[in-house]
Amino acid sequence: MNALRGFAWLLVLQSAGEMLSHGLRLPFPGPVVGLVLLLAALRFDIVRKPVAECADFLLSHLSLLFVPVGVGVMTHLGLLNAYGGRMLLVIVLSTWIGLAVSALVLRALMRRQQEERS
Amino acid sequence: MPKFVDLWVYLSSTPLFGLTATMAVYVLAHALYTRLKQAPWANPVLWTVLVIAAFLLLTGVPYPTYFSGAQFIHFLLGPAVVALAWPLWQRRAELRARWSPLLLASLAGGAAAAGSSWVLGRAFGLPDDVVLSLTTKSVTAPVAMGVAEKIGGIPALAAVFAVLTGIVGALSGKYLFDLLRISTTAPGWMARGFALGTTSHGLGAARAMQVNPDAGAYAGLALGLQVVLASLLIPLVFRLI
Repeated sequence: MNALRGFAWLLVLQSAGEMLSHGLRLPFPGPVVGLVLLLAALRFDIVRKPVAECADFLLSHLSLLFVPVGVGVMTHLGLLNAYGGRMLLVIVLSTWIGLAVSALVLRALMRRQQEERS
Repeated sequence: MPKFVDLWVYLSSTPLFGLTATMAVYVLAHALYTRLKQAPWANPVLWTVLVIAAFLLLTGVPYPTYFSGAQFIHFLLGPAVVALAWPLWQRRAELRARWSPLLLASLAGGAAAAGSSWVLGRAFGLPDDVVLSLTTKSVTAPVAMGVAEKIGGIPALAAVFAVLTGIVGALSGKYLFDLLRISTTAPGWMARGFALGTTSHGLGAARAMQVNPDAGAYAGLALGLQVVLASLLIPLVFRLI
């Protein structure tokens, strides 16, 4: 029951997020506003306990949720035929650049913070 | 008794088919992935997508028919994005203690991923709407679709690029980090996980969670940060250009 209650909270906060996002023309998509709202609401036991159970389940199976969109690749076979190789190259190279930059920057900054403290 | 072909034509046109195919193939792919000791190349999303897409193309079932059932799973992406607040909340003490390195690394990594895909996409002569759809690929798919739409990209393409980026990061991250000599001690795992969550969103984070708990926690944190930062900054940057 707790997981269901948690799911209800997630939907309520997502809906509130969607309404705020559209109503106030915020630059964030609705679910992101919902994330921020939930972050504020987690301090309350009535929200935290059920949401924890549901979020753990949902997030541990996150990769399944990408399958339906992923299959959508078949609707873009024309683009893939024309640019597939180049698109894949851009994706691979820029993913590596992103991974390297974020890992190296975080490692350097955490080391510096450690040295400052010691 | 009706012929099998007739039954198939009937079943393949109902939403039940898309939902069943998604769940069944994914569960099988995941069992195989576990049996293969979670080898990166056996990534269950990659194989599920390939198997279903090939099957639909071979049997001539159109994508919208498949999606009419698969949308029930797709729909959960929204609540899942909201649920990202939970790992952020759990790590709030760390966030408070290390907010400046984490925020800066998230900004630098996100900017490097988005910026490099824009530069490379233009350098390779890709059409403008494709290039714009590429810039959002390090943000988790549902948010990538929303942001891509705002800046003039193609939402469906942005989602596919995001999924591919997630798979590339999950597949190759380990080798790249070994090459960069990011250690496998606690701080090293944090940097590895954080980079995977920043660049390869949910799929990278899912991979990090399987490999190491520190890496997983930092990946979840990075994923949440990237969602908030990218959905604010990417549209802003393109409005200014």
